[in-house]
Amino acid sequence: MIIITQPFFELTALILAYSPSLSLTKMDNGCFSSPRRDFPAGLRVLVVDDDPTWLKILEKMLKKCNYEVTTCCLARHALNLLRERKDGYDIVISDVNMPDMDGFKLLEHVGLEMDLPVIMMSVDGETSRVMKGVQHGACDYLLKPIRMKELRNIWQHVFRKRIHEAKEFESFESFESIHLMRNGSELSDDGNLFAIEDVSSAKKRKDADGKHNDKECLDPSSTKKARVVWSVDLHQKFVKAVNQIGFDKVGPKKILDLMNVPWLTRENVASHLQKYRLYLSRIQKENNQRSSSSGMKPSDFPSKDQGSFGFQNSLNKQQNDVSNDSYNYSDGSLQVGNVETKSHEGDPHGIVSQSTIAKKGRLLTGNIADTNMRDSLRVGLNQHFAPLESEGNHPVFNCSMPTQYSWTEVPCMQLKEEHKSYVHLEDSFSKLPLHGKQHPIHVDQSQSVASINSTPSITEEEVAACIEAKPLFTDYKNDYASSISSIGNAVDSFPIQPGSLIMNDQSSEPISTINSGLKTQGYNNLSFISDLELYQRNLLLGGEANTAPLDEDLHFYWLQGERYNMNFGLQHIGMPEYYDPGLVSEAATHLYDSNDYSVIEQGLFIA
Amino acid sequence: MDKNQSRRQVASMKQSLFDQGLLDEQFIQLEGLQDDANPNFVEEIVTLHYRDSSRLISSIEQALKERNPMDFNKLDTLMHQFKGSSSSIGAKKVKAECNLFREYCRAGNAEGCVRSFQQLKKEYVALRKKLEAYFQLARQVGPQETACRSK
Repeated sequence: MIIITQPFFELTALILAYSPSLSLTKMDNGCFSSPRRDFPAGLRVLVVDDDPTWLKILEKMLKKCNYEVTTCCLARHALNLLRERKDGYDIVISDVNMPDMDGFKLLEHVGLEMDLPVIMMSVDGETSRVMKGVQHGACDYLLKPIRMKELRNIWQHVFRKRIHEAKEFESFESFESIHLMRNGSELSDDGNLFAIEDVSSAKKRKDADGKHNDKECLDPSSTKKARVVWSVDLHQKFVKAVNQIGFDKVGPKKILDLMNVPWLTRENVASHLQKYRLYLSRIQKENNQRSSSSGMKPSDFPSKDQGSFGFQNSLNKQQNDVSNDSYNYSDGSLQVGNVETKSHEGDPHGIVSQSTIAKKGRLLTGNIADTNMRDSLRVGLNQHFAPLESEGNHPVFNCSMPTQYSWTEVPCMQLKEEHKSYVHLEDSFSKLPLHGKQHPIHVDQSQSVASINSTPSITEEEVAACIEAKPLFTDYKNDYASSISSIGNAVDSFPIQPGSLIMNDQSSEPISTINSGLKTQGYNNLSFISDLELYQRNLLLGGEANTAPLDEDLHFYWLQGERYNMNFGLQHIGMPEYYDPGLVSEAATHLYDSNDYSVIEQGLFIA
Repeated sequence: MDKNQSRRQVASMKQSLFDQGLLDEQFIQLEGLQDDANPNFVEEIVTLHYRDSSRLISSIEQALKERNPMDFNKLDTLMHQFKGSSSSIGAKKVKAECNLFREYCRAGNAEGCVRSFQQLKKEYVALRKKLEAYFQLARQVGPQETACRSK
């Protein structure tokens, strides 16, 4: 997809811009995770073991596998080698017990700094040790004496990681990159390099891999996730099945059978169907309300209020609510904003992307599979994004969706913990735990966002009003919005690094990619969020009161967003674009403090 | 000595090492790694092992002398390294003794450690002698004789 590639370069540009220390050479570097033609031959292995006998044996064995071997008997030395030649090795094999450094510690470092697959080895095969290895991120644990056949297969770990990262990259695009970059900015050069490498590698892999994987990118391979990630493709299958069956006669079992996704369960489909129904009803409402909406498919939508409320609510919620609630509710609107914001660029925090939203308009269209939607979105975008452009900030996104798990989680982890988060991050979003935990919103992240977040001024009444108005949206929005909210949350939860902020402003391109990525995330998050509760809370916060003038606009955008939602993949992408920050801000302005106001007014208000 | 005879002798020497449970599959693996680039690979590895392991043996002996109290953690760590090294050449019986020693370490049984180590040293020395004799003969016979399987 055009959009996808564009953001990457922009992202790269961002990275470079903000990480002047980083040399482009890294990216240009041919050994940047690009597999050799005769892969796995030539696999660059670094072996670390204090036992000289084993070191020699392994060297010989690996050479027999036609790998490129570097041996090292000290862990510190190994780390130096790895740092000196970033992207100079494909995989690391290390012994667990070493005199100068614990093997697990080395494992952690490598995972965080270089994000290389690490294989642990030991003569001790005790389950607890093996478990520890896996916990620390080892991709395999070999027992000495090691057999040739075991070494012949180590390339699979490299390959798997590449695919995994490519997939993740596809999903999250710059989102991930930005995320990494952000972390990188906090960390040392190593971290920066790490981030960049990851982006570049991911991109390369992505290009190599081609299109989006049919299955969920993140799951189900993720060990931590228990929920299904409704990727674009998956949702499209779902929608296709639903349409085939006939919306009236649809049922989880029928859908499941038609979809023919082996690992999907009836429960997964059932909950998704519920959300989808809510989404449709919301859209219909908005459709009914809005005569000018283009392309919206009419359905039996209930009142249109929901849409606007949702929007409002989300805004309000965002301001106030640290929880995901607001995000969930606002989904379309909020998410749009979030998505649009730089977060896509790689910054999970949608906040940044505000400015990009305007630009994203075109991006969205690219991503949107549904041309109809695209057009309608475009309409919305053009109209409403103008204000956005002026303002780089999307106050909306400040929501600190707790549900944004993947994104929020990761950044939080990373920020808090030294490098551990990298490991998690690297694990790709799939690994990101989708818990319902609430992450504290870190206002720092984006300035614009921060301002909004910092002063949640949602009034109680508004909240109450919102809740009453839109129960329907909550569920669905949660899901679809989650991606956006995730972004928002992610943004919030992570203190914005200067680098990351910058990223947001940079290119709009990545946003689309991020959107897609976010979307996925969103879906994931959705599952984790205790949806209904959150949404209801959001509703309450939304407060119907302010939305009057904006309703129409909101609906419009809401619809737009909704349409995207339908396309899952597109939704996220589209959402941000369609999201008219102006609308949101308008609604929310009265809710927010003066600080927020300024932010909101500038970019968000729609006339 | 007749070359064929020597070859047969080498072969039977090796076989007896396996039959007596002194060597395991790892030794065969090492032989499999031997090729034109490293025609004496197995011997090199064995030599390397004995150089490294003798250092460990001394350390363990030293540590065993500390009786009050006996540093079991240190002993366990040293023995872990020793076991790893022994596994590199496929020293089966020696490895078994290592396990026993570590059991005593974990149990905090000083006497058990000392006794076990004595036994271990016996096995260690015995295997070393046999391997030295084996390689000596093998070298006389010729490099191709030491490999029991094609590369």
